[in-house]
Amino acid sequence: MPVESKIAPRSAPAPATPGEDEPVVTFEHVSLAFDEKVILKDVSFMLRRGRTKIILGASGAGKSLSLKILLGLLKSDGGEVRVLGERVDQLSELEMMKVRTKIGMVFQEGALFDSLTVRENVGYRLYEETDTPLEEVDKRVEEVLGFVSLGEHIDKMPSELSGGQRRRVAIARAMCAKPEILLYDEATTGLDPITATTVDDEVIKLRDLENVSSIVVTHQLRDAFYVATHKAVKEENGAFRIVTADPEKERETDFLMLRDGLIVFEGDAKALRESTDDYIRTFLS
Amino acid sequence: MAAALADSWLKRWVLEVQEYVRLCAALAHGMATRPFYRYDFVEQLDAIGWASLTVVLLTGFFTGAVLALQSGVTLDQFGARPVVGRLVSASMIKELGPVLTGLMLTGRVGSGIAAELGSMVVTDQINALRALGTDPIRKLVVPRVLSGFFMAPALTIIADFVGMVGGWLVARFQLQVASGLYWSSIRDGLYMQDVWMGIIKPFILGFVIVTIACHVGLRTSGGTQGVGKSTTVAVVAGSVAVIAVDFFVSRLLISLLY
Repeated sequence: MPVESKIAPRSAPAPATPGEDEPVVTFEHVSLAFDEKVILKDVSFMLRRGRTKIILGASGAGKSLSLKILLGLLKSDGGEVRVLGERVDQLSELEMMKVRTKIGMVFQEGALFDSLTVRENVGYRLYEETDTPLEEVDKRVEEVLGFVSLGEHIDKMPSELSGGQRRRVAIARAMCAKPEILLYDEATTGLDPITATTVDDEVIKLRDLENVSSIVVTHQLRDAFYVATHKAVKEENGAFRIVTADPEKERETDFLMLRDGLIVFEGDAKALRESTDDYIRTFLS
Repeated sequence: MAAALADSWLKRWVLEVQEYVRLCAALAHGMATRPFYRYDFVEQLDAIGWASLTVVLLTGFFTGAVLALQSGVTLDQFGARPVVGRLVSASMIKELGPVLTGLMLTGRVGSGIAAELGSMVVTDQINALRALGTDPIRKLVVPRVLSGFFMAPALTIIADFVGMVGGWLVARFQLQVASGLYWSSIRDGLYMQDVWMGIIKPFILGFVIVTIACHVGLRTSGGTQGVGKSTTVAVVAGSVAVIAVDFFVSRLLISLLY
């Protein structure tokens, strides 16, 4: 008798269905300060379903903290934060757990659990927090590890992997439970350009092949523009290719730049390149 | 200047106490409600109990032996050498067994827990747990505290026993006290109240040692240097707490049991 699937299908609709453009994340006048140090002042932005938002900014600009606020790991001092229609700034830790089942996060350096194998890391949420049958979880883990091309490393410990492999395992872990939103916190920082590209490719594949809405926090301009200007195409034999995106596809990725707790730029890749703002010009150079 | 320093120190101290109490409240809630991570609990029983056995056996054995050696010399002055077993058993069961086992656990287990949780904090693994829908208190703290709570008394009983065996070896071969005399003196010198005191105390000490280590570990900040600092703080605070808690619990139990 076939086992009924308990891994919930991603509720995000396929493109061109009603609600495609609905906001999945909304920041409205969000502020955050630690004692005298102001991190975010009146920050407002929106992420629409199936789109990607790239948050740029210098170190300490509040990029990573924005993701932590979004995930409820940190409470903002003021403003409204909505994720999939829920006011996460008002939810308790217990209530937040339900929202988090629909969000995946890739942390800086991966944050893999040292004492668990790659398989256990990737399937952690399904193994530990759901009643999904083990054979079904194993199948899903193998599937996502195949997606990030790390199937042969399934029984290794995180310490046996290279930096790039660890980040890709972190991506596999974040996507394993089919989240609707994926958050990438400096997923390519510290990696060489070639390895960073393999991580960027995973971000693109998840966006274009799995229709995941995502927020990418980075200060690596090369990676930010690569994600914005490329798309994944599935071929007839099931393989995929990363190709240059057309201008229309490019506009689906928004850039947002933070400086001293304020948004100093919001727009697409073309607008960012053409910006005449001195700070942005300095940042881009 | 001095007043400002005292004020800042006092605020920090009050904050630590407040956070420790909050951890204990979250722990109580985590114990009373589902989910319960039973595999982690079993794993911690092994890590805290079985893995600490060697150090507890050695400590208990040599403490009992040296107790017999030292008290034998003193008792000789009163011609009371045959009652050395009574002194060893009373000292081991009421005081030295629980306290020394507690101190050994603080050094071995408390430092390990603080370092492990501290490393998880600074590498974002705790945040990753929360992001994956797991409450770190239930997953990490509850199994460790329960294991400490149950394994500290078990280890203490073992330490008491090997301490008496150590005392017997010294009494028999160094002090030339007959084995029968030694063991009957142990039996005669023990009261039920002593046994209760020796069993109740390690439950409390086990709880205190592990909760302090978890609290310190989870409040780690400042990278790998912070992990080192947390490990030291967990051992120092845990050791002082063992001695202090032992005094207050002894005081309470004496008034209740005797």
